[in-house]
Amino acid sequence: MQRDLIKQFFYDMLLARRFEEAAAEQYTQGKIAGFLHLYPGEEAVAVGSLRAAEPGDYVVTPYREHVHALMRGITPNAVMAELFGRATGCSGGYGGSMHLFSAEHRFLGGYAIVGETFPLAIGVGYRLAMKQSPDVVLCFFGEGAVNQGTFHESLNMAALWKLPVLFICENNRYQIGTEIHRNSAVTEVYKRGCASGVPGKHVDGMDVLAVHQATQDALQHVRSGSGPFLLECETYRFRGHSMADSGAYRSALEMAELKARDPLLNLRNRALQEDWISEDDIEALFKKAHAVVDEAVRFAEQSPPPTDLYKDIYAQPLDVYRGAP
Amino acid sequence: MTRTRNADAEMIAPARPRHELMVWEALNLALDHALAADDAVFVLGEDVGLYGGSYRVTQGLYAKYGEWRVRDTPISENSFTGLGVGAAMVGGRPVVEITTVNFALLALDAIINLAAKIRYMSGGQFHVPLVVRMAGGVAKQLAAQHSQRLEHTVMNVPGLRIVAPATPQDAYWQLTQAVREDDPVIVLEHELLYFKKGPFDIHASAPPMHSAAVRRPGAHVTLIAWQRMVDVCLQAADELATDDIHAEVIDLRSLRPIDLPLLVASIKKTHRAIVVEEDCKFAGAGAEIVAALQETVFFELDGPILRVAAADTPTPYNGALEATSIPDAAAVVHAVRRMVGPREE
Repeated sequence: MQRDLIKQFFYDMLLARRFEEAAAEQYTQGKIAGFLHLYPGEEAVAVGSLRAAEPGDYVVTPYREHVHALMRGITPNAVMAELFGRATGCSGGYGGSMHLFSAEHRFLGGYAIVGETFPLAIGVGYRLAMKQSPDVVLCFFGEGAVNQGTFHESLNMAALWKLPVLFICENNRYQIGTEIHRNSAVTEVYKRGCASGVPGKHVDGMDVLAVHQATQDALQHVRSGSGPFLLECETYRFRGHSMADSGAYRSALEMAELKARDPLLNLRNRALQEDWISEDDIEALFKKAHAVVDEAVRFAEQSPPPTDLYKDIYAQPLDVYRGAP
Repeated sequence: MTRTRNADAEMIAPARPRHELMVWEALNLALDHALAADDAVFVLGEDVGLYGGSYRVTQGLYAKYGEWRVRDTPISENSFTGLGVGAAMVGGRPVVEITTVNFALLALDAIINLAAKIRYMSGGQFHVPLVVRMAGGVAKQLAAQHSQRLEHTVMNVPGLRIVAPATPQDAYWQLTQAVREDDPVIVLEHELLYFKKGPFDIHASAPPMHSAAVRRPGAHVTLIAWQRMVDVCLQAADELATDDIHAEVIDLRSLRPIDLPLLVASIKKTHRAIVVEEDCKFAGAGAEIVAALQETVFFELDGPILRVAAADTPTPYNGALEATSIPDAAAVVHAVRRMVGPREE
């Protein structure tokens, strides 16, 4: 196993965890407002999958997407500044936590209506297929989204036209407070593409190495022109759905069981055991992640707010009461 | 839904410019030219390909440009409209056909939550050069689920542009302009206008996409309409002229933005106005137009601006009842006579 890659995964997940903890702290202090959906517990999914993607690939995500943005190379400063609603944020302060964008990084946005990432992703895939481009689309969604019509509509079109889309389900078992067996007749999400003939696979979403390998395999399938693939990563969120949710509907026993499978702890223990990483390395990476996130908070706090309410509604400013220019 | 022919669409060529065209032919010509001019343009929707379009608007394009440029979709309005949004974000210029505005209700997430918001939410990093064409209006006894008008729903959404051509010339001009536009544009088409003939000049230069047009000048009252109601107003104006009442008929052409300056100029001349709309009166497009005008030209007016609009009902199937549910020339004439005063009756 390549030591550098392990170190990278470990640092990525440390950064992700620390970033989200800092966001929660800033929210509690009133510096971040609105809906804030945090990622602790699920880090192995974004890190493992996106580290397997190429820089030219496109990414579409739902609203719990800070870590995905970081993994695509958007700086912690730009993401944190967006959470603060500042002009230096990756969406200029107009999007917020749920709507991170970066054209430069082919990061096509976080979307806050469940099930929207499917049609967007097949649209990007359609354009790529039209141009016979080697790039592909990674389309993220939660297990709750597969009961929206767009899931079935979009998988059908993706399979029908063999579009280069990798559908990645982040199955954290809960659509807010409703557990998967209470909302889905079939709880194995990877099987739900079968009506459209989309092949699927299940992977342990708490194991970053497994997610990375499974994504590499799936991307090979998609990039080869064989059409879409559905990868289900079974994971767990340690916090509530958003900052407004305590997550009290889950038992202490369940929480303890899942926390014992913490993807960071798992990787740490295994990497030490296999001698891929040393305690000193871990200490250094931990310090680095803290320093980077502290700087991001400082940067966000010191950044100016956006001021133009009417910017970028249209390509050219448009007065609704003046038809002819 | 109307199917007007049985011939194999592949054997039928796109329309050619002539001095007189039907609206569907003008739209077909605009799409043909747009597809030829730019590889990024593609057309998608139900039955737009092999079948040639429910109203023939895409006739011959599938054979000419192939399946990736003219794509028959499954019946999945929300997702194929959303597909258009995604493709538009990465350099495509999709033209989505939604068979009727009634089906577009299934695609409002893609239109309102996605297309209209992405430029703003992304801080201007992504634009959505998407055209969504949809046919609407009361046609011939299609009943309540196939007869709606949707302008009020989309007018209230910042980020969208809305055009509503009423003539073949405008259909060609405005669809051509819509495809070149970097914002999402809704093109509202009217089912009863597709087979309406009108003069056409391929060489004439187009006015701005959103400007209104005076279809008939007049001094006594301004009639404001769009789509099929323009013809209803012109018919009413003919009849009123026999009584020496001269109505100025304005074809709005665009519903977001609205060409308010042209309306104001007309009212400064006539001092009276009526908005004639095919949609229900309550909270319809006419309400916005009247409110904006009262705010702007109140002191120019001899009386309140009125609305002649559809009855506040779903559209009935029965033909006679259906006809009474929407404005006709007689209703407009009646409203004008009441407004202009005791010349007659």
